[in-house]
Amino acid sequence: MIHFVILLSRQGKVRLTKWYSPYSQKERTKVIRELSGLILTRGPKLCNFVEWKGYKVVYRRYASLYFCMCIDADDNELEILEIIHHFVEILDRYFGSVCELDLIFNFHKAYYILDEILIAGEFQEPSKKTVARLIAAQDSLVETAQEQASSISNMIGQATK
Amino acid sequence: MAGGSSSSSSSSSTGPSLVDSLFQRSLDDLIKSLRSQPVGAEPALLSRALAEIRREIRSPDPDTKAVALQKLTYLSSIHGLDASWAAFHALELLPSPSPLHKRLAYLAASLSFHPSTTDVLPLATHQLRKDLSPSSPPNFSSLALHLLSLSASPDLARHLAPDILPLLSPRASSTTTNTKNNNNNSSPLRPKAAVATLHALSLCPDVVPLLVKPLVDCLSSPDPRVVSAAVGAFAELVSATDPSPYLPLAPEFYRLLTDSRNNWVLIKLLKIFARLAPLEPRLAARLVDPLCDLIRRSSAQSLVLECVRTLFSGFPDHDRALRLAVDKVKEFLTNDDDPNLRYLGLRALTILGPRNSWGVVESRDSVIQSLADPDPNIRHEALRLIMGMVFDTNVVEISVMLVNYAMKSDPVFANEMLDAVLTTCGRNVYELIVDFDWYVSLLGEMARNPHCAKGEEIERQLVDIGLRVRDARPELVRVARDLLIDPALLGNPFLWRILSAAAWVSGEYVEFSTNWLELVEALLQPRTSLLPPLVRAVYIQAVFKVLAFCFSSYIDQLEASQVSSLGHSTTVGGSTIECNAASANCLSDDITGTESADGFATADKPASLLSLLEKKDPFFTRESLKRILYLIETAVGPLSENDDVEVQERARNVLGLIHMLQEIPAWKTEEEGFKKDKDNGVGKIMNLMQAMFSEEIGPVSVNAQKRVPVPEGLVLEENLSDLAMILTEGDIAPSMSISFTLRSHQHMETKDEAAPSVQSTYLLAEHRKRHGLYYLPAEKDETELNDFPRAYDPLLPVSHSDATEDLVKLTEQSLIPRKVKHTKPRPIVLKMDEGDGVLPSALTTVKESKDDMLSGAIHEVLLGNEGKPSSSQKGSSNKSSGRRMKGVSDNSESVPQSKENLDLGDRENRSSSSRRSQHRSHGKGRHRSSQNNEEKEEKSHRNSTRSGHHHERHEHRQRGETPLNAVPQAPAIQDLLL
Repeated sequence: MIHFVILLSRQGKVRLTKWYSPYSQKERTKVIRELSGLILTRGPKLCNFVEWKGYKVVYRRYASLYFCMCIDADDNELEILEIIHHFVEILDRYFGSVCELDLIFNFHKAYYILDEILIAGEFQEPSKKTVARLIAAQDSLVETAQEQASSISNMIGQATK
Repeated sequence: MAGGSSSSSSSSSTGPSLVDSLFQRSLDDLIKSLRSQPVGAEPALLSRALAEIRREIRSPDPDTKAVALQKLTYLSSIHGLDASWAAFHALELLPSPSPLHKRLAYLAASLSFHPSTTDVLPLATHQLRKDLSPSSPPNFSSLALHLLSLSASPDLARHLAPDILPLLSPRASSTTTNTKNNNNNSSPLRPKAAVATLHALSLCPDVVPLLVKPLVDCLSSPDPRVVSAAVGAFAELVSATDPSPYLPLAPEFYRLLTDSRNNWVLIKLLKIFARLAPLEPRLAARLVDPLCDLIRRSSAQSLVLECVRTLFSGFPDHDRALRLAVDKVKEFLTNDDDPNLRYLGLRALTILGPRNSWGVVESRDSVIQSLADPDPNIRHEALRLIMGMVFDTNVVEISVMLVNYAMKSDPVFANEMLDAVLTTCGRNVYELIVDFDWYVSLLGEMARNPHCAKGEEIERQLVDIGLRVRDARPELVRVARDLLIDPALLGNPFLWRILSAAAWVSGEYVEFSTNWLELVEALLQPRTSLLPPLVRAVYIQAVFKVLAFCFSSYIDQLEASQVSSLGHSTTVGGSTIECNAASANCLSDDITGTESADGFATADKPASLLSLLEKKDPFFTRESLKRILYLIETAVGPLSENDDVEVQERARNVLGLIHMLQEIPAWKTEEEGFKKDKDNGVGKIMNLMQAMFSEEIGPVSVNAQKRVPVPEGLVLEENLSDLAMILTEGDIAPSMSISFTLRSHQHMETKDEAAPSVQSTYLLAEHRKRHGLYYLPAEKDETELNDFPRAYDPLLPVSHSDATEDLVKLTEQSLIPRKVKHTKPRPIVLKMDEGDGVLPSALTTVKESKDDMLSGAIHEVLLGNEGKPSSSQKGSSNKSSGRRMKGVSDNSESVPQSKENLDLGDRENRSSSSRRSQHRSHGKGRHRSSQNNEEKEEKSHRNSTRSGHHHERHEHRQRGETPLNAVPQAPAIQDLLL
């Protein structure tokens, strides 16, 4: 299974973290520090895998972002690379040629998308279209709810004044 | 923080919250301010933002709260701030009807909840159940499943398992009575439910009877996503626990393997089969063809890779398939564009293991080329692979190759290679090494590597081989000499340890040296001032040994020439020659006093040594001795004032000896003086010195002490003060070794200068005498332990023959009471194995016991799905509910409802009773069941003949059942299988 997903910028800034195995906050910080030291120092044209504490970390760089996933020793690295690519493609489709800033300002949306692709560290949705549809449906649901809420709160706000 | 959750609602008034909600910073504001601030100001800004959030999050207004929670989520996931204090606030938002708030709350919860440390987790139970219920929108259920699969504690999993069940059942996606709309909406939940089920199962084996059947049903679902999720779940279960209970599902998996075109699913299936195949050889035979097919036909590298791995790990006997896989790996290895494939190819070959090493041998060239790969990970993997393939037949070739290669490689990797060679060759007390001369010179070569940072290990091995392998000593001394005389090496701090070993070896085995003058010069060369004090001390001590040896040899030589008419080798009997014989043989027969027993050996060796000495005669002229003395005096002299105690003391020892010699009148006279004085002059002193160094140091088993049986009536815990009093009455003399003691007593008066060195042995003997119990038994007989205290017992007997035999002999020595048993010369390794073995095995047993619960429970459900062995009535109701659930699904919608109720009522009882029953069966079942159901076992479990313990477990679980339901089921599986 996938134990965690981390998005790192080239400068070592964290852009997204998702933990599928229980790690305490302290451990999380430590893991991120160790991995960024391990991964960001690797040059281009090297293989996309590093061994780390009996696990394997599969990473792939897209523009200035490193997508890293940590998996068990007997998991299939190439499959994970495909999952990473899948994730990036969906992000790209959702945001429209995604860039780092999109993820920074819409970090929760990146989480929602990731949650549609992976659940509990298991890959679950191979169809990009389905993911896009599900996310869009949720978004519209939230938007309509928000509109309603804002109008109600307006009304209440006006009423209480 | 403490006041955060409890006092929130009361303390926050509406006033600030209204202001908060009006002027609250949004997440965007926060992010922007964080991005715009200068580098150093971040901590301050973060703590300000956190304070703000703490205030806002208590607001009764859900919008304000939600925004605050969102900001906190951002800060905790991106900036690593602790968000656990806000767990309660996340819970507060969970029931919100607004999808926006709910989503945020679930996100916050899933990112920050920790199954074991979040204490408010039980409070989420009700809300999760509500959101999981079929009446709530699928979006909400999906969020709840997410949270459940990430943060559930065992309790939560147990309580909510019945609520997952309806989502997992095919009802939603297959019932015709449902509306189209409903169908569409609920189907995405089933795969998620499958994964959540996996999580619940691994957390809490109690729920297995409830959830496994529906999960199995998922495998035959028409929806590929459901199948994919279920296969994924089983892959995870199979790899995490004992795979044998899943064997009955093999036909189902096989069907999927042949039918499915989905690579994701196929990869998971292969993972499952990789674990199942070793359990059932017929399964492997069945799988070979589809696997080979996949390798040939698939264009997806990930799938091909998985096939190769599965073949390598689970099918070691199918040569044809292996051949195909190895060919594929060769393609990977020669793929210049893709470092990933090269890396994975190497890794795959590692799986192949020594049993099918031909696969590695065939791709040898590419593997060795990979040592030069630009990617350090690939190099590392290649090295690991190569080292995994080292046997005693190719160790020379590979080691030489690597050591040469290390010369040209970059420093880090060079050391990695050296390390690999050292560890592999040193494994199990050099079990791979046949030719120690070669290995010793290889060690010398390693020291020549400019990047070598493995000084410590090389040092250890040089000394270790010196101690253990008698026949390697001449070569060892030669290598040491080469290292010592090279002044360039002294400047490299990494080599100091090696030089220290070299100096020690040359001193300890000085008799094998060929040019003593040169050796002394090397040991005293000016650049030794670069060495750290401790190494210098070793150098000086080596000089001391060389000096002692040269003198005593010189005297012997003179004596020998005196009696040459009689033939030198037969002059045993003079104490000097005897002593020399001892030194030559590195043993101490005279000490044990059993000279006659070993006479033949002593007669052999001295002859060769003396002839050796005669050949070197020119070195033992008075001039050469004088030269050595002069050298030592000039070089060591200044060191007697050295700041370091070790250096100073040793320097003074050496100088003291020289002064003492020079004070003897005979020194000034002619050469013959030595001979005449041999009874009480220089000769005696030198022989004394030489005797001291001639005692051989041998290896001792690390756990030798443990093997010493405590003698009858010996109380180890008691205070020893009484004993010490008794012992000090006796003289030291009888306690010391014969030859040594006698002489030292005779020389008490004259040896004032040489005292320190003798003193130390004296002290040692004294110490041993007082605390003999804590020493290893010198003589290895139990009976001799009672003769204690004996200091300076010889550790080693004579031995000859080749190196390996020598090893045997040497180590046997320390294990003497069990000579017959311990034919292998590996005391240390034995100990290491025991020590290493203890911890992991303990750990795995702990782990297994938990796995056993799970796999045992699954086994029960999959093989004998007729309920519990011990609590038959609970089992049957459970079974019936499970059955009804399946059978009923077509009929009406009201039934799931009733079934749920039934389950709820059942659950309480079952969860406790099943746990109890499991424990009980673990405890007792094994003993009883073995006789009870022999014939049942034969009939019903033929399909799982591979795993012994699996049998056992299965058996006792089935104990309470009638044979009827077990018997027909197992053969059914078997039929499918073949």
